[in-house]
Amino acid sequence: MSRIFIKGNVAISRGALDAGCRCYFGYPITPQNDIPEFMSKAMPEAGGEFVQAESEVAAANMLLGAGACGIRAMTSSSSPGMSLKQEAISYMAGSELPGVIVNMNRGGPGLGDIGPSQGDYFQSVKGGGHGDYRTLVLAPGTVQEAYDLTFLAFELAFAYRNPVLILGDAIIGQMQEPITPKEPVAVDAFEGGSWRLEGARDREPRILKSLYLTDGALAGHNLRLQEKYARARKECRYEEFMTDDAELIIVAYGSIGRIVKSTIRKLRKEGLKAGLVRPITLYPFPSEILKSLAGKGRKFLTIEHNMGQMVEDVRLSICGLAESGFYAQLPGNLPTPNDFEQPIIDALTER
Amino acid sequence: MEEILAYRSPSLLADIPSHYCPGCHHGTVHKLVAQCLEELGLGNDTICVGSIGCSVFIYNYILLDTVEAPHGRAPAVATGVKRSRPDKFVFTYQGDGDLASIGLAEIMHAANRGEKISVVFVNNTVYGMTGGQMAPTTMIGQKTTTCPGGRCADREGLPMKMAEIIAGLGGVSYSARVAVNNIKNFKKAKKALKKAFEIQISGKGFGFVEFLASCPTNWKMTSIAANERLEKEMIPFFPLGVFKDTQGES
Repeated sequence: MSRIFIKGNVAISRGALDAGCRCYFGYPITPQNDIPEFMSKAMPEAGGEFVQAESEVAAANMLLGAGACGIRAMTSSSSPGMSLKQEAISYMAGSELPGVIVNMNRGGPGLGDIGPSQGDYFQSVKGGGHGDYRTLVLAPGTVQEAYDLTFLAFELAFAYRNPVLILGDAIIGQMQEPITPKEPVAVDAFEGGSWRLEGARDREPRILKSLYLTDGALAGHNLRLQEKYARARKECRYEEFMTDDAELIIVAYGSIGRIVKSTIRKLRKEGLKAGLVRPITLYPFPSEILKSLAGKGRKFLTIEHNMGQMVEDVRLSICGLAESGFYAQLPGNLPTPNDFEQPIIDALTER
Repeated sequence: MEEILAYRSPSLLADIPSHYCPGCHHGTVHKLVAQCLEELGLGNDTICVGSIGCSVFIYNYILLDTVEAPHGRAPAVATGVKRSRPDKFVFTYQGDGDLASIGLAEIMHAANRGEKISVVFVNNTVYGMTGGQMAPTTMIGQKTTTCPGGRCADREGLPMKMAEIIAGLGGVSYSARVAVNNIKNFKKAKKALKKAFEIQISGKGFGFVEFLASCPTNWKMTSIAANERLEKEMIPFFPLGVFKDTQGES
């Protein structure tokens, strides 16, 4: 396939189209409007459906409906809109319905701003809505990865019958880079055939629900969900960069992970031994690699574009073996590679 | 003696005891839905979108592929279902708190888009499952657990007339209000529901049928008194009839 030069938002849209997504439901919010705009044309052309919903609440519930039919479907939004989608996401997790949800994270809390932020980490990886559930969370660091992870998101959503979240930010969404697209997927017409709704012809009716009232039923359901999340641990993905001889491991994800990489390249030229672990799946979180590096006596610094969220998972991963410092790129400020030099130097030199 | 079959329960209805209270109209409306689906030959190709409230267990009674929607969101879920499977028959079954309060945005916009779905709306003027709180359709003067002195227009506004409101939206092909408090009304209700279903089958758009229903438990009445209240108090305020029928024959 020949390379194309596109924005991250468009890469996710193209990725969804090429991955066989045939229903998209959305509501306008900056900085992700390129996605519904792309899909409003692409879905009908591909024989699918585009609906501009009356709200993010409705869009997420439309996704629930499409998921119940076993159709590859997606919705997208940005932080304030993601808060509204949480109701449906909880029901989808509880009813074990597949679906892909994109969050182009902007600054918060409240209306915040329209610039990049990683302030929705907790909401994304700890469930987000009510009840004991998890979504699988993929965090692209480049436009190519945004495209590729959208393919993966649909595969995982159906493999685990679970909502999958793509967590980008205003940088990933608005940045333009060349990417190599893949061959479009020919979706199996019988995908979800063992559970999807299509009318109870010659079989018992199927019920997709999250209500369990009889004694022990909800307890059993919650146990099954936890077993599924445990199975999903094998989907853990991360990028290691110059960790072999690193004295300091920086943990950073998404656009910040990529910017930190540039900082590390520069500092390496000055002889400073810093390396990077960039989690690609935020849930499941790549605890094992961090634990193993901690066992080798490395120092840790977590850098996020928020006031300190993923750092809690880093500290849990290396608990008893090492500590992690934290540097906050303040939400509202645009990060540059220079911003991270001094914090990394300080972490390397502190005793 | 020769036996004559006087009544056969629709095969889509489960032969199990009901959790609904004595005198509740949900069971009657369930039966009507099952009869209409069966008579139109839709049972094998129907997807039901349930809602939250007393009818949350609809899947226990009407034997259909069913998805449970969050409170008020059934029209949005049904939109997702119908857009995914336009070849299937899709209906929602919702109560007054679900449809006219928390789900008002979803019902208005699904109707206005002219989604090719059918909506069965059961209005008994009260939140049943949670124990009898005020609903958007509670009548003026009606006492509930959250308007113990009776609903007051000045304080709580007037009851919402959903069948008329829905009829005013562009995408709607059919909107009617019916009741099942006596045989005459039951027969008219069946005709209206069948019409709404046929409109979806012919791809003509959105069909809406509001059922006036009784809730003796939360109205604190006997079943017979509840049926009388429905006739004497509800029907004068919530008139029965067809408010929109773009296919004619109203």
